[in-house]
Amino acid sequence: MEILVCARRVPDTSENEIQLNRAGNDIERDDLVYSINEADNYAVEEALQIIARVGGSVTVVTVGTEDDEEILRREMAMGASHGVLLSDDAFYGSDGRGIATILKAFVQRGKYDMILTGVQAEDGGTQVGGMLAAMLDYPFASLVNSIEVHDSKKLKVSREIAGGNKEVSEIDLPCVLSIQTGINEPRYVGMRGIRQVASAPIPTHAASALGIDPATVGETGAKVKRVDYFVPVLGKGAEMLQGSREENIDKLIELVAAKGGLK
Amino acid sequence: MARIFAYIIHKAGVADDCAVELIAAAKKIDAAASPTAIVTGWGADFDAVCDSLRTSYAETWKISNEALAYPNAELIRKALVKVLPPESIVLVAHEHLGIDLAPGLSIKTNASFVSDVLAIDGLDGTDLRVVRQEFGGQVSAHVRCDISSGAVVTVRPGAFKPVESAPVSGIVVDKSTDAGELTAGRRYLETIAAEAGDVDITKHSILVSIGRGIQEKDNVALAHELAEALGAAVSCSRPVVDAKWLEKSRQVGSSGKTVKPKVYLACGISGSFQHLAGIKGNPFLIAINKNPRAPIFQVADVGIVDDILEFLPELTNKVREMRRAA
Repeated sequence: MEILVCARRVPDTSENEIQLNRAGNDIERDDLVYSINEADNYAVEEALQIIARVGGSVTVVTVGTEDDEEILRREMAMGASHGVLLSDDAFYGSDGRGIATILKAFVQRGKYDMILTGVQAEDGGTQVGGMLAAMLDYPFASLVNSIEVHDSKKLKVSREIAGGNKEVSEIDLPCVLSIQTGINEPRYVGMRGIRQVASAPIPTHAASALGIDPATVGETGAKVKRVDYFVPVLGKGAEMLQGSREENIDKLIELVAAKGGLK
Repeated sequence: MARIFAYIIHKAGVADDCAVELIAAAKKIDAAASPTAIVTGWGADFDAVCDSLRTSYAETWKISNEALAYPNAELIRKALVKVLPPESIVLVAHEHLGIDLAPGLSIKTNASFVSDVLAIDGLDGTDLRVVRQEFGGQVSAHVRCDISSGAVVTVRPGAFKPVESAPVSGIVVDKSTDAGELTAGRRYLETIAAEAGDVDITKHSILVSIGRGIQEKDNVALAHELAEALGAAVSCSRPVVDAKWLEKSRQVGSSGKTVKPKVYLACGISGSFQHLAGIKGNPFLIAINKNPRAPIFQVADVGIVDDILEFLPELTNKVREMRRAA
């Protein structure tokens, strides 16, 4: 089974408080901690578990810059055989369709049975996997929370639907699946593992090598553009307790009791 | 002005709430818009859905096909691509079927795609101006989407309040033959119901709910101790289940349980909309989070900025002291 995982390096929302910059047109990007998009990491782990069962190899690809090599190396330390960077000035500012266009060009240079993406990135787009599948005319399933390999031609997959129920389907290969968080327990990557792949070569492909018309990607090709960021005011907001911890605890207990809680 | 379509999800003969919410969204694109419902399915239940839409939509396009008896996104996409006029704007609810369907539909109709839209500010020339959230709801973004070759827009459930309007007596147009024969590379087999857990969190009046802020599996005991002292149950948000620290049956949210407690203590929970969607009945919501910008503080009744790993044990001790004194 040859598996390609499309991954992305993003600001880690569990490590950062996301704030606006002074101009209000972007988030404050100084001092942000970046890591692999959480759902993408689950996708890599799933790919590794599949090849451990049925054989094959895992390639991790990302669209970005040299800075993004760190997540490729991290996933190689987890066990991915190859990391590939798709990088070109023309790619900068791509919307979801642009990213899918770039990935499609790369997919068509190889031969993959399965292409995995994380269900969504930090922008909550939930889009690239479904777009890529449609561009390739491959079947697609989103929100995938289990994969069983039937044979060399099909898989049995389940999707997470409302209320924690699972929708089970059979899907023909090759296919594209977007992976939901929680599908597995991603393995730990230590510093030692990362050091071992520190000098592994990372092939890099530009637009011309991929046969991509620069006008179809990047800012030029983007039909969807973010104008600015803002912090919304939703509802009236909480009454913030400003006392000492002890005072806050007393107040909280009083409130819980008053609201019909304590018996 | 391009024609606006609302793809209506339905189940067991009943149209989803999105049916009325998508009309409200369409009116935000163009106040004069009269969107057309488009709906796919099979059988008597499906005919009932089409009929029910006649009071809210002037026109409903139905695509009836045995292959569409179960909503398979690939088959639905193929049917819609054959039926939709060029440059249409298609609105779809951002839930598990919409997430499966919409991105590919935008590619096959050569339309722009924008997902999980919370608000629509209207049209500016050929640009549709919308609002989305990023970074788990910590910030919002104004986004422009060029709709000159059409658009597929997924709309967050519950974000658009239905507009009051007199019932219409709409028509149902049968487009089934236009859709032609349908086959897919993905075939539905069965639905497996969520497992029942050891504790039914939907039956408790106080929930001590924990999120990513609990940090480690060993710390989950802090929540159990507090819950025991309060006579409450422990529930959680998605990251806690993803990390396998608590079972899925304790997850509150759109992909977990819907709960209606009297008091909800959100401990180290950031407050994503998927989580909040599982909290109903307007409980008294107390949020404790060390990040003062956590979105949960926008919807909570009372907020405390503190580290739950220190706060929870002290709270537990205080509750126990009170119990002993009583």
